[in-house]
Amino acid sequence: MIGDQSMSKFLTILATLTVLLIGSTVSAGTPKPLPNLDDVKGDKCVAPKDVIRVEHKYYLLHQRDETMRKGIRTKEHSLKNCINCHIVKGDNGKPVTIKDDRHFCKSCHTYASVQIDCFQCHASKPSPRPAAVEK
Amino acid sequence: MSKVNYTSLEANSKGFYGLMGILIAVILAGLGAAYYMEHNGHWVTGMNNQIVWGTPHVFAIFLIVAASGALNVASIGTVFGKAIYKPLGRMSSLLAISLLIGGLMVLVLDLGRPDRLIEAMTLYNFKSIFAWNIILYNGFIAITVVYIWFMMEKKMNKYYKAAGFVAFIWRLILTTGTGSIFGFLVARSAYDAAIMAPLFIALSFSLGMACFILFLMATYKWSDKELGDAVINRLKNVLGIFVAAVFYFVLAYHLTNLYATQHHGFERFILAGPSGHTPLFWVGQMLIGTAAPLLIFYTKLGQSRTWIAIGAALVIIGGFAQLVTIIIGGQAYPMPIFPDMDVISSSFGDAAAYFTYTPSLPEIVLGFGGVAIAIIIFVFGCAVLRFLPTSLADNVADPHHKAESRA
Amino acid sequence: MSTNESKDTNNNRRQFLGAAVATAAVTLAPGVKVIGLAQAKPLDQPVSDKNRWGLLIDSNKCSSGCSSCVDACATENGIEKIHGPETDPQWIRKVTVRHKESGKESSLPLMCQHCENPPCVDVCPTGASFRREDGIVLVDRHTCIGCRYCMMACPYKARSFVHEELTNQVEYVPRGKGCVESCTLCVQRIDEVNGPRDPACVEACAGENHNAIIFGDLNDKYSDISQEMRSYQTRQLRADLDLNTGVRYRGV
Repeated sequence: MIGDQSMSKFLTILATLTVLLIGSTVSAGTPKPLPNLDDVKGDKCVAPKDVIRVEHKYYLLHQRDETMRKGIRTKEHSLKNCINCHIVKGDNGKPVTIKDDRHFCKSCHTYASVQIDCFQCHASKPSPRPAAVEK
Repeated sequence: MSKVNYTSLEANSKGFYGLMGILIAVILAGLGAAYYMEHNGHWVTGMNNQIVWGTPHVFAIFLIVAASGALNVASIGTVFGKAIYKPLGRMSSLLAISLLIGGLMVLVLDLGRPDRLIEAMTLYNFKSIFAWNIILYNGFIAITVVYIWFMMEKKMNKYYKAAGFVAFIWRLILTTGTGSIFGFLVARSAYDAAIMAPLFIALSFSLGMACFILFLMATYKWSDKELGDAVINRLKNVLGIFVAAVFYFVLAYHLTNLYATQHHGFERFILAGPSGHTPLFWVGQMLIGTAAPLLIFYTKLGQSRTWIAIGAALVIIGGFAQLVTIIIGGQAYPMPIFPDMDVISSSFGDAAAYFTYTPSLPEIVLGFGGVAIAIIIFVFGCAVLRFLPTSLADNVADPHHKAESRA
Repeated sequence: MSTNESKDTNNNRRQFLGAAVATAAVTLAPGVKVIGLAQAKPLDQPVSDKNRWGLLIDSNKCSSGCSSCVDACATENGIEKIHGPETDPQWIRKVTVRHKESGKESSLPLMCQHCENPPCVDVCPTGASFRREDGIVLVDRHTCIGCRYCMMACPYKARSFVHEELTNQVEYVPRGKGCVESCTLCVQRIDEVNGPRDPACVEACAGENHNAIIFGDLNDKYSDISQEMRSYQTRQLRADLDLNTGVRYRGV
């Protein structure tokens, strides 16, 4: 059996490593640039700024299940609606994707250090339908 | 029989640290392989849209099935009251947990979205046998931990029989669940058979026992503890029965299929086909995994420790071949979408006589990573708590030993 | 229409919808068929089991060399060729079969059969595979863990696993690495504000003047698909499994 002494030594090392690891991630990196909140198409969002800032994830989550499971396709709280409004133009004058640090969602989420995986599947820039009917 | 004393594994030898070092290296390689697969996507593996489950699933199901079987030694002691097995109960339970965690790790790391483990743990579709399995696996770990605690803690000793009984029933349900993963697939010729559940239970008995014998021999050899013939011979004989039981279910499975005309194509594919599954069945499963071990265990060879170890290893190799046949062979045979027609052409490979699968290195490394996890948990467990009987010499372990020597 | 739509709030949705339906007939591109404007569902209403969407595929009209339906599906849903046919997703494929006795050959497209009792939905551990009220079988990629058990269970091999990272998804068809996917019956078209529009494969087949695929509501006895199915003998693939598929075949 590992003696009590060696066990406690082991635990001490483990604890020290953990503290070091956490400390390094907190202090690492240069100060992040402030998020880009200005590039918007319309004149106002679907909710006041301080509301949408806190609530957007709940709106999106709710809408996600409504659309996916029930086929409810209202635009107000759809991710597509966010993307179509919050367009950031790149150097070539075309909307940037999530790969660009200036992307609306990305700039803020980088600033807040919140990882999202929406855009692994969803398009991060508007892509108008080729077909004529729905607009 | 004298009172059994338990001890832990000496954890300060060079051999111990060497073993730990090797195991950690293999585990890190396995994690690296999983990261590589997840980062690039599964196209870097041998799996594709035809063979959707590959080497990781063979390893995972092997470990999970062996885990429930490894608990059998404890069950025989506790539930069926066989005294010779009782000292082995703690070890058997620890091995069961270790193998299960190793298997689950492989299974989870092969998911397309392992980051969504939380979804798997919180969202349940109760019509899915897979969802039930998630509950059964977690429950198995919890119950076995309690079982070990009751065996080790004097105050709780009076409850350990009840815990052992619950664990025994649970493990039967668990393997039924694992077998039913295949049994419930209505569309494929290889599956859709209720016999999958008992077949998997028998398979778990034999693989679990084979693993237990090897772990027991290795642990006692490397820690210089006495391991008498009484224990080993008993385990070996039981393993032989389990191997025969698996053979019986395999026989019943194939005979049923051979009777039904609609399954002739599949049977021809496995038993006399052009693919690698045919030699895998005859040489791997039948010769190496069934005939050879039975021959070893029930002839003079069975009196030698080395041969018993070889026999147990052959059971494991044969079991592995069997799982490859079930999991990959079952997918390799095309599904009968148009039973009365031949598919002449298809962009999706429907016209193929069978599908081929070549395992990629990362898949294999991930699989061995799971095996290493299982071993390291077992070794670490043995090192920190008293799992091992101080001696399993015949005069300690065998309840009839004294009576025989007097007579 | 787009200006109308930006005013589309809860208060005037009904008025707007009326206007949208009225203008739809005018703005339709020639050759694009809308399945009954009367069936247009308000955007804020859930789909219901009043409809059951399905396809009827007439293999006699299907041309063996033609893959327009497959190409149209790829364009509509943003499916690209990446690492080869073994790992690339195929929501729809062209298959040629020959009858074992008579030797009659038939060409047909094969895709998710949108079963009433789908085995993929039964086996999915998280409930990510589900059947919408209107009969469309979908994968909720938000909860799919990529275990591929549905691919083991599907009798038609209709499902594909996304084997690599995707970057060029189209806006209305989100899809990504590590999840399983299959034909959605072009659900984005079915949910359109002007009422269901033919799926891309159906449209493309009609565009070739083959008209081998009919889309429609199996619950509406006056729909083209229901009338055809009353007039001619049709069959489900793997009818022995009794899954009551939403996709039916003629001439196979």
